[in-house]
Amino acid sequence: MSDVAIRVNEVSKRYRLGRRESYATLRGVLADVVASPFQWVGRQRLGVERAQDEILWALREVTFSVARGEVLGLIGRNGAGKSTLLKVLSRITEPTTGVVELHGRVGSLLEVGTGFHPELTGRENVFLNGAILGMRRAEIARKFDEIVAFAETERFIDTPVKHYSSGMYMRLAFAVAAHLEAEILVVDEVLAVGDAAFQRKCMGKMGDVAHAGRTVLFVSHNLEAIQRLCTRALLLDRGRVDADGPAPALVARYLSAISSRARPNEWIDLSDITRLGSGPPRFVAVQYASDRAAIGFQPCTGAPLEIGVVVHSDAERDVSSLAVTLYNQLGTKLVNADSHAINLPIRLRPGRNELRIRIERLYLNPGLYRLGLWLADATVARSGPVDFIEGAFEIEVVALESDRIGLTAEAAVACEFSIRGMAAAG
Amino acid sequence: MTVPERLPPDLLAGPSGDPGRTIVIRPATGWVPLRLRELWEYRELLYFLTWRDIKVRYKQTALGAAWAVIQPFFTMVVFSIFFGRLAKLPSEGVPYPVFTYCALVPWTYFATALTQSSNSLVDHARLITKVYFPRILVPAAAVIAGLVDLAIAFVVLVGMLLWYGVTPGPAVLLLPLLALLATITALAVGLWLSALNVQYRDVKYTIPFLVQFWLFLTPVAYSSTLVPERWRALYALNPMTGVVEGFRWALLGHRAAPGPMLLISIASVLLLLIGGLFYFRRMEQRFADVV
Repeated sequence: MSDVAIRVNEVSKRYRLGRRESYATLRGVLADVVASPFQWVGRQRLGVERAQDEILWALREVTFSVARGEVLGLIGRNGAGKSTLLKVLSRITEPTTGVVELHGRVGSLLEVGTGFHPELTGRENVFLNGAILGMRRAEIARKFDEIVAFAETERFIDTPVKHYSSGMYMRLAFAVAAHLEAEILVVDEVLAVGDAAFQRKCMGKMGDVAHAGRTVLFVSHNLEAIQRLCTRALLLDRGRVDADGPAPALVARYLSAISSRARPNEWIDLSDITRLGSGPPRFVAVQYASDRAAIGFQPCTGAPLEIGVVVHSDAERDVSSLAVTLYNQLGTKLVNADSHAINLPIRLRPGRNELRIRIERLYLNPGLYRLGLWLADATVARSGPVDFIEGAFEIEVVALESDRIGLTAEAAVACEFSIRGMAAAG
Repeated sequence: MTVPERLPPDLLAGPSGDPGRTIVIRPATGWVPLRLRELWEYRELLYFLTWRDIKVRYKQTALGAAWAVIQPFFTMVVFSIFFGRLAKLPSEGVPYPVFTYCALVPWTYFATALTQSSNSLVDHARLITKVYFPRILVPAAAVIAGLVDLAIAFVVLVGMLLWYGVTPGPAVLLLPLLALLATITALAVGLWLSALNVQYRDVKYTIPFLVQFWLFLTPVAYSSTLVPERWRALYALNPMTGVVEGFRWALLGHRAAPGPMLLISIASVLLLLIGGLFYFRRMEQRFADVV
């Protein structure tokens, strides 16, 4: 028993989708009771589902165990049940059936900066956030200097965090989380924030943690990180454990499973796709095309790429950031065409908005890339995006002028270059 | 990969604390245990949440601590004019302003604490969906944070007692216990309403009404002697009756102890609290899913 840190046995989790809307008001319940009192009482007693309730099994009979000191990565599409599993393990929500045993002190990081209050100073937030994550006051006091040094915010530590830049805010938030002392760490994608340098620092810290003999359960869309940090991985698909094995093999298997492609110049419906965000507004459809009719408008290296999106909004709204992102197969962001970067606020009309984003020249070598869509307003640092589809679909970039690009396209990014200083030929 | 040299000592130390500690998670059925020991383990978080509520309240308001006085004080002025002067309600031999302010101090605390705690879970939805801790800490912190306002309003009360030359009797020593009773009452009701509010947002809109009705069911503006003798036991089922009568007894001196009424109020609040605790624990499992 002592060598097992986490044991998950036949855990299932059911959500009732209909419940939230129809039961959100007392009036709904009262109307229900009045309409059919006997049925209502019967349902309450027997726990029978209402016919119109849509049932979603976010987890289905998930069984696995994690040895002490093992670093386990969880991979799977959006909606596969990764986050739900982490929530069950963190005791935020309880399983519908099944049992989980956790041997040791658990620290869960499902978000950085949970409980941060903008009015409080950096120092105050460190203590508050630490306490929320389960640290003792003495423990926070002992590590305080280290946390502040890690976040590189010494100068502003007594300034309210509402005056921080979003980068500083995130650095401080991550620093607290990184100093959490726990035998079992449950981590969700907290690394997707901050600038590149800080992300590297975070990854370094995660690596340290992973190699210090602690048990870690790690969810990330960054498959590169999973491959690097995890010894073993679990592939989830629609709530079930699809595969369990060494991380590199599973990442490869996952990649081959997600290659669903769409053709240029065709509207792709996004209504059923899994997404994050607080919207409306939401993306409802997308299409893409290059300007090369000869190759069926397929995106190609060095050519323009135009992406059309349809955004549905409930009212007139201003968004500060609308972005199209291209990722490589490992989840690394390669291209990000963001309205925020060119300081172009976007006003959405109520109803349908069709917008076109034109990337003037696509510096990506031939290969498969994932396209993501992002919509956010000014509150993004605190409340997340309005709508975020991480992998809307896959596109294939082809080479048009293959003689000039070179024979092998191992690098992801294309470049234009020349070489000088050679002795004249002949 | 090797362990880098520049690693903080705590990370290298590895597992700390009680190594034999095991947590078992399984779906709850029937009555959920209260897990009071766990609450004790989380006492520091209660402290921090309370401290944050206090700090934020005073940082965000322009008048800060003055609000704690303004509300009961001006209510006292209005009551004194309309109920004291115009309606000439009896005030048991003490000047009406002192008589009503004595009751307004615990009442204002109760009304604020109740409102804050009832909305607390919904206001902290993000926290609830991202971190585990006993959820009861959230409404509890809201109730405790209000005690600072109570203390500030109390300072004005002392000033008024001096001004009107009212001397408290020995019962004044029981005042902390009476304040505790007010706190427990706010917590007990707050537990019910905050848990209900997660499920049914209507609760939020009901609270202002509830507080208003409750004010008239409590002897704040009038004396409980106006209530017919045979209805008093029923009347005292409202825990705030006991609190308010207790405050007057402790502060205004030479009055008979509101013994039976106070006891009924205490019994009533204990029932409300125990029920609230179990109800809250039962609903707690679903907070993160529905909030």
